[in-house]
Amino acid sequence: MEGVLSVLLDVFRQPAIIVALISLVGLLLQRKAFSDVLKGTVRTLVGFLVLAAGAGVVVASLDPFGAMFQQAFDVQGVVPNNEAIVGQVLLDYGSAAALIFFFGFIVNVLLAATTHFKYIYLSGHVAFYMAAMIAVILGVAGFPVWGVVLWGALLQGLVTTLSPAIVQPFMRKVTGSNDVALGHTGGAGVALSGLVATLTRGKGKPSRSTEDITFPKGLGFLRDTTVIVALSMAVIYVIVALFAGASFVETELSGGQNYIVYVVMQAATFSAGVFVILAGVRVVLAEIVPAFKGISERLVKNAIPALDVPITFTFAPNAVLIGFLASFVGGIVGMSVMIFAGTAIIIPGVVAHFMTGAASGVIGNAAGGRRGAVLGAFANGLAITFLPLFLLPVLGDIGLSNSTFSDSDYGVVGILFGQISLAGGQIAVIVAILASLVLVYASSLFVRARARRNAGRDGDGSGTDSAADAEAPRVGETASAR
Amino acid sequence: MKFLAVCSSGLGSSFMVHMNIEKVLKEQGITGVDVDHADLGSVGPGAADVVFVGADLADSVGGLGDVVVLDSIIDLAELRTKVRETAIRKGVTVPDAGAN
Repeated sequence: MEGVLSVLLDVFRQPAIIVALISLVGLLLQRKAFSDVLKGTVRTLVGFLVLAAGAGVVVASLDPFGAMFQQAFDVQGVVPNNEAIVGQVLLDYGSAAALIFFFGFIVNVLLAATTHFKYIYLSGHVAFYMAAMIAVILGVAGFPVWGVVLWGALLQGLVTTLSPAIVQPFMRKVTGSNDVALGHTGGAGVALSGLVATLTRGKGKPSRSTEDITFPKGLGFLRDTTVIVALSMAVIYVIVALFAGASFVETELSGGQNYIVYVVMQAATFSAGVFVILAGVRVVLAEIVPAFKGISERLVKNAIPALDVPITFTFAPNAVLIGFLASFVGGIVGMSVMIFAGTAIIIPGVVAHFMTGAASGVIGNAAGGRRGAVLGAFANGLAITFLPLFLLPVLGDIGLSNSTFSDSDYGVVGILFGQISLAGGQIAVIVAILASLVLVYASSLFVRARARRNAGRDGDGSGTDSAADAEAPRVGETASAR
Repeated sequence: MKFLAVCSSGLGSSFMVHMNIEKVLKEQGITGVDVDHADLGSVGPGAADVVFVGADLADSVGGLGDVVVLDSIIDLAELRTKVRETAIRKGVTVPDAGAN
């Protein structure tokens, strides 16, 4: 009997098997044919192993980077890249992360069904990364595995329900409707951008829209993740290698190979690792996300799908580029401050500045024209540089690696709950999660009561439960936003 | 026949368009079309019969062959029209094709 138990334990300690089982459940819920169920389950199992293999490639190329940076500047240099850090995290926290991801989605659906926060978070990849970070934070806090999964799932559900909610007032300005929400871990930074743009909006003549500018084309290559990661990492590696010195690189790291050739190849290898991780994530999510979508469509009336950042890009293509540039400048300013302050140095991650900076630009433009797009995205750039810095100490051993989580929500959630745990231990973390749940329901009751009071009058437009939204279409059934 | 939705990371928005294309095909009773999604970097010419992208990527997909550009990737009505037109154009059997 004990033999069987230990085999079972060995099975469930394998994150790849946990993820495959989640996929199996998803496929069965969709009532797929036997062959599809078998195919999808095995693909997920293999996909997770692909992801783990990519993590090895990324780590191998980051190790020399860390050594060079230490030699050159005598501080820790950190590249924020979600794929790179998640690959590493999943090696140790994979099972917990997969279970938090799965049950967190269920909490998200339950919250959407029972409160006025109708957002269903369908960006599976960033939700998966968020689950990984929560697993680390609660693991470092010392929770047993069941505690990590239980409290982690509640926290994950709260984050995925509330992150779209804080951006939604600004999203309504962008899309002109309440049919779709932003579901991305850059949510806090994007909402900050909307807030900054609103606050800096002139009282008199409003700043004109970014879309009135004729803007040069040719930055389209920024959209190709593989190319942009390889190029930007090559620039960073070469700069750091020049500071570390040819003799150090060639004697300590490259085994005699020319140092520039060596670091350019390491940068390309980093991009290759990210490519492999993304391929794994894609396979893992392919079977799970459609199941999530189907479940939420059946269970939540008037659900609003929260989708990935590119849904904002077509609304203001110029703001996308302006936002990226302003955010990146914010990242460089932030890095300069860190160099003078002598802390660990967060190197601006181009992918994060592009994705969340672009969305910040679009949101900032909708809230405050050109000036809003620039200032809002700049604020986002500062946020995603300083938040990762303060996130490092609460990540335990993971904080010592040369990569970290890059978007604002990881910073906000991680720092908040990491500090709560440092200050008050596990009890404080549990109290904080339960208190957040109570607050969500209290605010929902408040909004409902106000909507009922306003029912006679015209809807005030801020409550998502107002009469105007009653006919909101189902998930995926979004009407024309133009 | 293969339709492929493409976005920059191949994770979020292309996946959404992929699921919506499947939904639209099912709605209209169109069969015999495989749908998938991918990232911009790993798609080459011949990867699919038709590639669907959002308007923001229209400039980056030259050389991918038959490309359908979506003005808004969240607009199901637009997708419905374009998928139907594309299916008819590619000679896929579409029930009630004459009714359009």
